[in-house]
Amino acid sequence: MTTTAPTTETKPETGRGMRFVGWASNYIDERTSISGLVRELGRKIFPDHWSFMLGEVALYSFIVILLSGTFLTFFFQASMVPVIYDGSYVPLKGIEMSVAMQSTLDISFDIRGGLLMRQVHHWAALLFVASIGLHMLRVFFTGAFRKPREINWVIGFVLFILAMAEGFTGYSLPDDLLSGNGLRIIDGMVKGVPIVGTWISYLLFGGEFPGFDIVGRLYVLHILLLPAILIAALGVHMVLLVINKHTQFAAPGRTNDNVVGVPIMPVFAAKAGGFFFIIFGVIVLIASLFQINPIWAYGPYDPSPVSAGTQPDWYIGFADGALRLVPPGWEVVIFGFTLSLNILIPLLVLPLFLAIVAFYPFLEGWITGDKREHHMADRPRNAPTRTAIGAAGVTFYAVLWAAASSDLIATHFKLTIEGVINALQALLFVAPVVAYFVAKRVCLALQKKDREIALHGFESGRIVRLPGGEYIEVHEQLDEYERWKLVSYTDYKPLMIRPDERGRITVRQRIRAGFSRWFFEDRIEPVKQTELEAGHGEHH
Amino acid sequence: MAKDHDPTDGAAVGSTVEKHGANPPSHGTAVVVADEVQNPGFPPFRPRVTDLSPEKEKQAERRVSAWFFVSIIGSVLAIVAYIVFPIHEGDLLSVRLNNLFLGLGITLGLLGIGIGAVHWSKALMDGHDLVELRHGTRGTDETRAKAVEVFQLGNKESGFTRRKLIRNSLIGALAVSPLPAVVLFRDLAPAEDPVALLKHTMWDKGVRLTRDPSGTPIRASEVTLGSAFHVIPEGLLESDHKLEEKAKAAVLLVRLKPEDLHVSPGREDWSYAGIVAYSKICTHVGCPVALYEQQTHHLLCPCHQSQFDISHEAKVIFGPAKRPLPQLPITVDEEGYLVARSDFTEPVGPSFWEREL
Repeated sequence: MTTTAPTTETKPETGRGMRFVGWASNYIDERTSISGLVRELGRKIFPDHWSFMLGEVALYSFIVILLSGTFLTFFFQASMVPVIYDGSYVPLKGIEMSVAMQSTLDISFDIRGGLLMRQVHHWAALLFVASIGLHMLRVFFTGAFRKPREINWVIGFVLFILAMAEGFTGYSLPDDLLSGNGLRIIDGMVKGVPIVGTWISYLLFGGEFPGFDIVGRLYVLHILLLPAILIAALGVHMVLLVINKHTQFAAPGRTNDNVVGVPIMPVFAAKAGGFFFIIFGVIVLIASLFQINPIWAYGPYDPSPVSAGTQPDWYIGFADGALRLVPPGWEVVIFGFTLSLNILIPLLVLPLFLAIVAFYPFLEGWITGDKREHHMADRPRNAPTRTAIGAAGVTFYAVLWAAASSDLIATHFKLTIEGVINALQALLFVAPVVAYFVAKRVCLALQKKDREIALHGFESGRIVRLPGGEYIEVHEQLDEYERWKLVSYTDYKPLMIRPDERGRITVRQRIRAGFSRWFFEDRIEPVKQTELEAGHGEHH
Repeated sequence: MAKDHDPTDGAAVGSTVEKHGANPPSHGTAVVVADEVQNPGFPPFRPRVTDLSPEKEKQAERRVSAWFFVSIIGSVLAIVAYIVFPIHEGDLLSVRLNNLFLGLGITLGLLGIGIGAVHWSKALMDGHDLVELRHGTRGTDETRAKAVEVFQLGNKESGFTRRKLIRNSLIGALAVSPLPAVVLFRDLAPAEDPVALLKHTMWDKGVRLTRDPSGTPIRASEVTLGSAFHVIPEGLLESDHKLEEKAKAAVLLVRLKPEDLHVSPGREDWSYAGIVAYSKICTHVGCPVALYEQQTHHLLCPCHQSQFDISHEAKVIFGPAKRPLPQLPITVDEEGYLVARSDFTEPVGPSFWEREL
């Protein structure tokens, strides 16, 4: 692995094509000084790891969403004016529905490739939210949110929220039975907000639910306002990525002061560009093979019917699940005003959960007090408490998510609905705690194993009989490159409380020490050079 | 940008990248050990088969370009599919075929480019890892000093902090200026008070109960024991605000044995011969409570699984809802059709702040 690329002698090419490229480059540069940008970024280095592609998947599926969505806007009409359907889908002929629903049916059944684009758009949206979620988990569990990337974590978090908002607004546009029920739930939740809820619902829907305005309003949010904010935030996200440079996992030769990987021109550009086409291709493949959101099977929105087992799109599930897990009777009347705690508590708990996600980097930064820049991605085991907190958070989310399918769980596994709900209510509190301790112990055990292997090698499976009759198993040492990956990580110890210059111990200091003890009390120290040398002596 | 770099200089993890600052940043509670394991430096380059054998390189080259040709074929096939699989009105199969073959063609067109490009980069482009140095994110002390100077000059030349009256009045003006925009949103909804609207439905004394969706009236004699009807008020279908009214007025009608009904004082005449009518709009967040279990007289909301017991005046027996479903007082008119005695005596649907006022 040398630092300069081997130079294969290439003769300067002097065809007509090259002369044109030269002329065009000169023309553009004389008007934009773009050569500076090319020099700065053209050979920028990107490190490689499979988990780094999750963010790429999100970016590329977003481009697919923009392309397919633009196609859909040419045909979709965001109007709730009622019409009698007279399109190609026979079972719905003569049924009254909104223009929005009708134009969605026309896209599906009268425009060649329309159904494909609808399905591409929907599948790409599901992939978008999913890959953002996984990308966030990768960044969290590898500590890639530490200084100097805390702000970019928050921007990424905003992108995640925007993606869900885009998903929900888009889902509501066809004005079918399922999406109408989703809006009905939103209306009910908004009305549950104290003092202003009734009015916000009234203004949002342009009168009483459902009214004639909501689809048009959501459409403007969906195709104009939210995408504009999303693209702006995405731009900042990318710029900060370039400024901060990508994190990398520990490997021989890699340090906190360098980036080792492939240059943008040409390898990363080819890989990433190719990967975009692969993502696009896979989404189109899914869209051509698997049906999604068949609104013609649900019919137009009507406040009266609803089918059993209705589900929101998966990323809204955790919010719907939170509503389902509220025990009966959580509503009180105070001074004549109705306080819907059965709605308010989920409306407070979910943002609290999301706020913890958003601000976690600042919390951890405050606890460690580490003001250095961190560019080496942690292996999750090497930050046991963080990993355990992450596991608890994922479990909490997962229980809420499962709760959104409580009725389907009950019918599929032949359980009572009450039993499923009560079990999930208990799990919401118990499961994250269990996950926390299991994850932490597993991390510490893995660290111990790493330490053991680094010091004493791994069991080779070769049994040797010594002249004295004693049997031993030969341990083989790792080579220094493999060992480096096991021993290279930052170790923290709990904060010692010390009085400040005025001899006081502040409350703030005590709290920080408490957190610090919680985080770093159980720790496995990285192997030291002296230990390594001592360890090599004994072979058994 | 790639530079020669001896990887062993500089500590391994958490080292101070900021070389600009005068003081190295705090490492907090991180443990700094003197004898940490040394970074072994880059391992030797492992050549790929395409680096070693010109024959393999040639093969890879052909494979990459074969993928690009596959892409061209796929894109052409997509256009062909667009033409040869038209959509025929009323023929769902034609929609499916159009979707499938158009999609497969486009898939091939995209995957061909993608796989070809990735294969090119992995097998043929230079396989050496390059090294780029990181520099601290913060600007150099010199740059920062300049930036501070810019602000100081700006402040000095404008008098922003010196002329407090100007500054504070500007902040005040800026704070107030968005308020008209907030007010502008008032007309998102009509002028009426939503609370009054939420408290009334189309039901009124003498309004007939009709079937949903046909709108035909229901005779009491047609409601057999154990049956359930989805009901809308007469005249709803002619309303200009059909969905808004239906979202409040939808009713479920069932007949139980009169002795199974547990009637509270004041509601004795709200049912007719065991026929009772309850609002179908869930008191939780407003889903239609449409699933009726005949044996147990329970109503289940499919959205969040609230359950209501019809035999006990639709009180909540499970789930997040708090209030029972409002009951519609009914009777029969002289022709034997079921009619409402009055509107609901309380607001239907999800709770709201002003509900009890």
